[in-house]
Amino acid sequence: MSPRPLLPRRALLAAGAALGAGTLLARPGRAQLQLDITRGFVEPMPIAVSPFAGDGPAARERGEAIAQVVSADLDSSGLFRTIDRRAYIQSPEALREIPRFADWRAINAQALVTGVVRSAEPLLVEFRLWDVFGGTQMKGLRLEAPASSWRRLAHKIADAVYERLTGERGYFDTKIAYIAESGPPTRRIKRVAVMDQDGANHTFLTDGSQLVLTPRLSPDVETIAYLVFRPPAPRVILRELATGREIVLGEFPGMSFAPRFSPDGRTLLVSIAQSGDTDLFAFDLASRRLRRLTEGASIDTSPSFSPDGSRIAFNSDRGGSPQLYVMPASGGAARRISFGSGRYGEPEWSPRGDLIAFSKIEKGFFHIGVMKPDGSDERLLTRAYQDESPTWAPNGRVVLFSRQDRAGGRTRLFSIDVTGYNQREIPTPMDASDPNWSALLP
Amino acid sequence: MNRRDALAALSLLSLAACSSSSDTATGSAAGGAGAGAGLPGAGGVSSAELGGPGGRVPPGTQQDLEVNVGDRVFFAFDSSVLDDAARQTLERQAAWLKQFPAVSVTIEGHCDERGTREYNLALGDRRANAAKSYLVALGVSPDRIRTISYGKERPADPGHDETAWALNRRAVTVVNVTN
Repeated sequence: MSPRPLLPRRALLAAGAALGAGTLLARPGRAQLQLDITRGFVEPMPIAVSPFAGDGPAARERGEAIAQVVSADLDSSGLFRTIDRRAYIQSPEALREIPRFADWRAINAQALVTGVVRSAEPLLVEFRLWDVFGGTQMKGLRLEAPASSWRRLAHKIADAVYERLTGERGYFDTKIAYIAESGPPTRRIKRVAVMDQDGANHTFLTDGSQLVLTPRLSPDVETIAYLVFRPPAPRVILRELATGREIVLGEFPGMSFAPRFSPDGRTLLVSIAQSGDTDLFAFDLASRRLRRLTEGASIDTSPSFSPDGSRIAFNSDRGGSPQLYVMPASGGAARRISFGSGRYGEPEWSPRGDLIAFSKIEKGFFHIGVMKPDGSDERLLTRAYQDESPTWAPNGRVVLFSRQDRAGGRTRLFSIDVTGYNQREIPTPMDASDPNWSALLP
Repeated sequence: MNRRDALAALSLLSLAACSSSSDTATGSAAGGAGAGAGLPGAGGVSSAELGGPGGRVPPGTQQDLEVNVGDRVFFAFDSSVLDDAARQTLERQAAWLKQFPAVSVTIEGHCDERGTREYNLALGDRRANAAKSYLVALGVSPDRIRTISYGKERPADPGHDETAWALNRRAVTVVNVTN
């Protein structure tokens, strides 16, 4: 490796600007460092994430913490393995300049993440991603945020690394809404909770005095819809996340439940149960008009929009047992797509559009599975006493769900790669169900 | 509240206390060992019918419905069909509701845990309405019957076997507390 010139000390662009490394970028004739994540099991790519250097003690401390969050994010994907930092030869301060790539090849790091915290408050961070064996900069970004948003800034760096190395959008700067559970089964206390994708910044939105179920975050992650058991009838309500203000949808005729936002956030699908008959309705949030989408004596519930908003997958027992159907978003003729043995429910259209996740009950076990929107290529990803409520990471590569692993056991959140590998628990302070994974935060 | 009103309220209260204590007295007499009944002779053993503990159940109440009528009906897996036993229970409920025309009720539909949360909310609604429809067909005014579905959120039996599930697939008639 021949020594390279130092980075040009030119003025950095505005927040979020790309940090180029000038002449280092183009190296024609050499394959880019790239991880193919479309196949099943991939050997995790060994990478190094150096603690970020800092201008001053507070900045250095923050730089350490940011590097830890980035490492944890990348490791959690199962696609990367962060090399223990005690093996690192070059110091964070030395990494303000071009890395000494030989030092990183020596520990077999394929990629290297470096950074500098220029200011701790407000937070101003520069980070770079390096191809160690190619000796090139693959990505550089300058990010600014209030100091309180330092974890989000770290998640955005992890997303940038993930995106550059896999070719897929990241999913680390996201939130998870879910139902926190406590108390005995016959008098379960349930609360709406929201946390970061990695379990940090956990907050309760409700106090447990009313039964609440099935939270759903709006596509802009500004409001949340959920079912609350409140007289005179259980109904779906909307709440602003920032203010906690409740937005009343008005009185529906009967019990409204199973809320789902359309991809553009303008429509809220609900199921309305009336006189024993449950149908799907579209509630236009601007005009507050309710439009019926299905009719008949069957149960039609658990709807899910296709990402282009043109179709709706849903659960219905119109054929005699609960199965999955797809219909136009305006209602009309529905086509059954589940034909395997067992009882299907909770279809969730992948944000990529290529798959529909579902839960399936067969021979005493609950499974999470995926199939193509036409019903072909069904694959079961999990099996347990009770696996329920699949929800997708915004890049459509990871499915989150709730699991009770044995009868009477704890109910917890797990994620699994769509390939069926890398199942892991998402830590929550108490039992957890009904997860909903947000879109990437704006 | 002036003094006279307060006194009136007090006397009403004591009247209520009297009537309820006389109820209790009647109850304990019926439920007691029946002093004075049977032969009082030396060495003789007297006997009397023993009622339920705690005395007579107040008529027209939830307790009355539970003890003397039956407050719930059960369903097969993923079914809202009323079997013979369920219909008999609902026929007794209909007669009881006619006996207490001031009583209104809420029928709660419930499911076992072997279904998805949202499907079960719909199924619970179907079960509650199956029970309601039968009561209405038997002449009870639909205005006196509300329904609510709890899906699988409120099992009666916390167990995880067929016995528990059978107890949890139910529609429970609950007397509304008026206020």
